[in-house]
Amino acid sequence: MRKLFLLLIAPLLIGAESPRLVPDVSQRKIEIIYSFTGAELLLFGAILYPGGTAPSDDAQIAVVVKGPSEPVLIREKRKIAGMWINADSADFRSVPSFYALASSKPIARIVDPRTAVIYELGIDNLQLSPASGGDPAEDRRFETGLIDLKRRGGYYSETDSGVEISEGVLYRARIAIPARVPVGRYTAETFLIEKGRVIAAATRDIEIDKSGMEAFVAQAAERHGFLYGLFAVCLSLALGWLASTIFKRLRE
Amino acid sequence: MDLYLPIAGLSVNILVIIGLGGLVGLLSGMFGVGGGFLTTPLMIFCGIPPAVAVASSAPQITGASVSGVLAHGSRGGVDYHMGAVLVAGGALGSLLGGFLFRLLQDVGQIDTVVNIMYVVMLGGIGTVMARESIHALIGEWRGDRPKAGGKRHHPLIAMLPFRWRFYSSGLYISPLAPLILGFATGVMTVLMGVGGGFILVPAMIYMLGMSARVVVGTSLFQILFVTAASTLIHAMTTRAVDLVLTGLLLVGSVSGAQIGARMAQTVKPEYLRLALAFIVLVVAIRMLLGLTWRPPEIFTVQLL
Repeated sequence: MRKLFLLLIAPLLIGAESPRLVPDVSQRKIEIIYSFTGAELLLFGAILYPGGTAPSDDAQIAVVVKGPSEPVLIREKRKIAGMWINADSADFRSVPSFYALASSKPIARIVDPRTAVIYELGIDNLQLSPASGGDPAEDRRFETGLIDLKRRGGYYSETDSGVEISEGVLYRARIAIPARVPVGRYTAETFLIEKGRVIAAATRDIEIDKSGMEAFVAQAAERHGFLYGLFAVCLSLALGWLASTIFKRLRE
Repeated sequence: MDLYLPIAGLSVNILVIIGLGGLVGLLSGMFGVGGGFLTTPLMIFCGIPPAVAVASSAPQITGASVSGVLAHGSRGGVDYHMGAVLVAGGALGSLLGGFLFRLLQDVGQIDTVVNIMYVVMLGGIGTVMARESIHALIGEWRGDRPKAGGKRHHPLIAMLPFRWRFYSSGLYISPLAPLILGFATGVMTVLMGVGGGFILVPAMIYMLGMSARVVVGTSLFQILFVTAASTLIHAMTTRAVDLVLTGLLLVGSVSGAQIGARMAQTVKPEYLRLALAFIVLVVAIRMLLGLTWRPPEIFTVQLL
């Protein structure tokens, strides 16, 4: 079976110098409907080696699913006059709304630190672009706080053994998308790592969007605020009146 | 049974939200308070973002008050004259509230200010109500006769000029007093995400000296209009009103309000007031502890 597969893709490999990745995802579009409680993405694909044979060196795979980046303001509470009050704050220009990393082995052991920073592999290597221009130690403190908050909220995750590689050429990974992720264009990046360096990378886009009634409600709230508000008021008045009429009937 | 909330952006258990609405509706019908001071914190506790919780509780309070107003109105328990003055004050107050909200949000102190307001107001009102109702109950056990007649509104209110007659309330006072009262609750509705009933009801009883028969209905009448205005303001500015969430809360609260209004007729008013005072004090103490204990999250994130 594997030989047949390699035979089929052999023409693609002629003339290739370095390995290539052919990635895919189980869903290119995730639709959020009324029953959405999260989704599980399957990221899979093949590693194509020049010459068609896997080298003896062990190659590792890391996959990263990243949500759209957004600017945020983070505030820190401090005890002032016996009460916990927001004191200092910092701006970060590009904070990914979602970040999930899965790799075939613990990420720190398969890439060297410099590569990890370049490719933003690992939560601690995310470049959040602090905008305050203040003290680096202070920026670091806010960054730690922000990452901790995102990690506990389920927005950021790292799985050490989330990628399975079979026979050196096929890989697959599962990444859970929680229900409360923001909508937008996500990217699924796959990295082929050898001897601590990234030797091939490929990206697929995933669209997460509200659909059906959910999309309609969200759009109405965004575009026709006044009518939406009026509808909310009418709905509440109607339901209140309905309940009062029903209960009156019940009593008689 | 989970359902996705389109504006809040997460899924919740339907029964939990309907139950929450029912509980708050029950209080609303019994005591004439909107219940916002309970809904908003409880929704945040369920994981709903604070902005969505505040904005979506406003139409829920409107709905719960409708059935309350109708229930009380059919028994002649609403002073529409007094209510109109309160609503006028409330409309002016909510404009100022909207301005203050923006100002505090920009400096990042909205949460702290709102918490302190909750502690001071709920604590103060809860204490006054508890003392008053305990005195009334003790007096009754001793067999004292309740002081007959003699509306005792606050001397300051008696000093205000231009007196009007409010027949249903049995009052001859200046309309400035309810106007100022309405104004204060209007500010609070926008700032704190509450209907303001917990301040309106005691103020009507102890300051204006309104006839107890119309207090609850009139308070609900004012809350209905001010929360409807607040819903519109939120829908146009914060865009955080979640219709699905509101709908679920409403289903619970409109039924709860009907049951609450019936229960209120079978229980002695003194007991009702004591129970409301107890709930108000518990929330105040919880808020006070929340301010002084080390919070679970030192950092908070705001999207720019």
